[in-house]
Amino acid sequence: MSRKAAALVVDDLHKSYGDVDAIRGLSFTIPRGTVLGLLGSNGAGKTTTVRVVSTLLPFDRGTVEVLGRDVVHEARAVRAEIGLTGQYAALDEHLTAHENLEMIGRLHRLRAGDARRRAIDLLENFDLIGVAERQVKTYSGGMRRRLDLAASLIVEPALLILDEPTTGLDPASRRMVRKLVRDLVAAGTSVLLTTQYLDEADELSDDIVVMEHGAVLAHGTPEMLKKQVGGTRIEAHLTGDHPVAAAREVLAREVLERFGTGPARLSADRRVVTVPATKEPRLLARVVRTLDDLGIAIDDVRLREPTLDDVFLTLTSAQPTGASADSRAGRGPL
Amino acid sequence: MSVSIDPAPARILRRSRLHWMVADTWVLTQRSLRHIPRVPEQLIFATINPVIFVLLFRFVFGGAIETPGMAYEDFLMAGVLVQTVAFGAVNSGVGLAEDMERGLIDRFRSLPMSTSAVLSGRILADVTRNSLIIVVGILIGFVVGFRPTAGPAGWIAAIALLLLVSLAISWVSSTVGLLVRSAEATQSANYLWLLPVTFASSAFVPTESMPSGLRAFADHQPVTVVVDAVRAYLMDEPPGWQGWGAFAWCLLIIAVCAPIAVRRFRFRASR
Repeated sequence: MSRKAAALVVDDLHKSYGDVDAIRGLSFTIPRGTVLGLLGSNGAGKTTTVRVVSTLLPFDRGTVEVLGRDVVHEARAVRAEIGLTGQYAALDEHLTAHENLEMIGRLHRLRAGDARRRAIDLLENFDLIGVAERQVKTYSGGMRRRLDLAASLIVEPALLILDEPTTGLDPASRRMVRKLVRDLVAAGTSVLLTTQYLDEADELSDDIVVMEHGAVLAHGTPEMLKKQVGGTRIEAHLTGDHPVAAAREVLAREVLERFGTGPARLSADRRVVTVPATKEPRLLARVVRTLDDLGIAIDDVRLREPTLDDVFLTLTSAQPTGASADSRAGRGPL
Repeated sequence: MSVSIDPAPARILRRSRLHWMVADTWVLTQRSLRHIPRVPEQLIFATINPVIFVLLFRFVFGGAIETPGMAYEDFLMAGVLVQTVAFGAVNSGVGLAEDMERGLIDRFRSLPMSTSAVLSGRILADVTRNSLIIVVGILIGFVVGFRPTAGPAGWIAAIALLLLVSLAISWVSSTVGLLVRSAEATQSANYLWLLPVTFASSAFVPTESMPSGLRAFADHQPVTVVVDAVRAYLMDEPPGWQGWGAFAWCLLIIAVCAPIAVRRFRFRASR
């Protein structure tokens, strides 16, 4: 293994399922010790990419190397370097947490005693030591996910692969998983992260790849991507129980477009209207007054800097085939 | 929670492929053996099966079935034991399909472990589980009047053959499980061929009573060969060609299905 080799190199990857091209010429690199966030709508090819990188899925063309080792020809060497946490907790329901981790330790080639000690150390760190001897089927979703993450850290993986690690978790567990990822990266782990939460990608990633239809739509640091979609936005939150909702939305968009510099966008829950704008004095006051004069009740109007949501929405809606209505929902799942 | 995980312990390197195949198989056999006391309903249902068949055939159908040369309960037990073991071995395929559905197979495949151990570990545990069921089956037989006359050698041969049947059917059901990939479908698909094959055999009735076409099939198909051999061993009769024929059938089934299952597992466990 070359010492300089990147944690992951994906070069011109192609994969199709029958007639469906899932991945069409995907390329990106994860330098050592960094986090790459992989974003995309459902069906963009994120999970296929994760499965290829974890040696689980054969592909048609291209090269994929983990620490300079080929995932096809040196699969076993690659498996020794990766930790995988998939979309669902891959654990044995009838074993205890302790037994699950010990089993995976043994399969990772640890000695029996080492596997046992490692299991206990991880259970302590993941706050599961109190329930270590309970069968996993009694665990909550958050506990399972924690155990699943612990399982992917039995050996120190050079590349940790997290496929939507916080999907389906409550906010407290989600926060905890994020903190864990930050701690691991601080300790030198490289991470491939797919997520449905843009704020999560923003918070954790050094680099972001936005995928669409199996190819890279945009690639850069979160800051670069945000700069790419321009500056300030006016965001108006409409009051919930308006009697003539549809008319209200049309009117609100028209008003905002009058003050903005581009087309206004309505969120999927039909509560938030957003429009790009340039900062100028008393802009907000004028917006509020106009909306008020027209009788459009609002909870909040504010100016804000672009988020990854805007990046994602701008990029994917610029595509002819576009993203689904769901993915335009702003902060919701992509 | 804060993460202060100690450095991971060193791995064992420099062992042969065979060493890891055996070691990984043992780790996964232990895993499946732990399921036995923790999912007691599985074992309970599996042992109810021989009880029902023994009672049904001994008391409901038994009176109408002529068995030349031996009491019906002595005739019946070999059939019930083979059938019970065969149905018990369907568990291998069902469990494998379940593991695939739950993503556990993906985790195993992302580990630097021996691939075939995932199959062989489960199958060995199922053979162990089946040996418990055999014991229960024999005890029930004793209760309804089964009086085997075998000596130690006959018993050893009969039990060995039953365990080999368990192993063979485990490989078949695993192959089916890898083809259909859902636990329910694996169960149905395996019962679909097991039911006719066990009934169109000498398991419950002498094949002499069958129409000639069916009888030709029944006399030579593996279930009859195996049942006849087990019956001969238990009742201390000369097993004839069925003695080696039964072992040969089982080994042939394993020789065909095991490589198919392992290859299927390597390639198709990836969706």
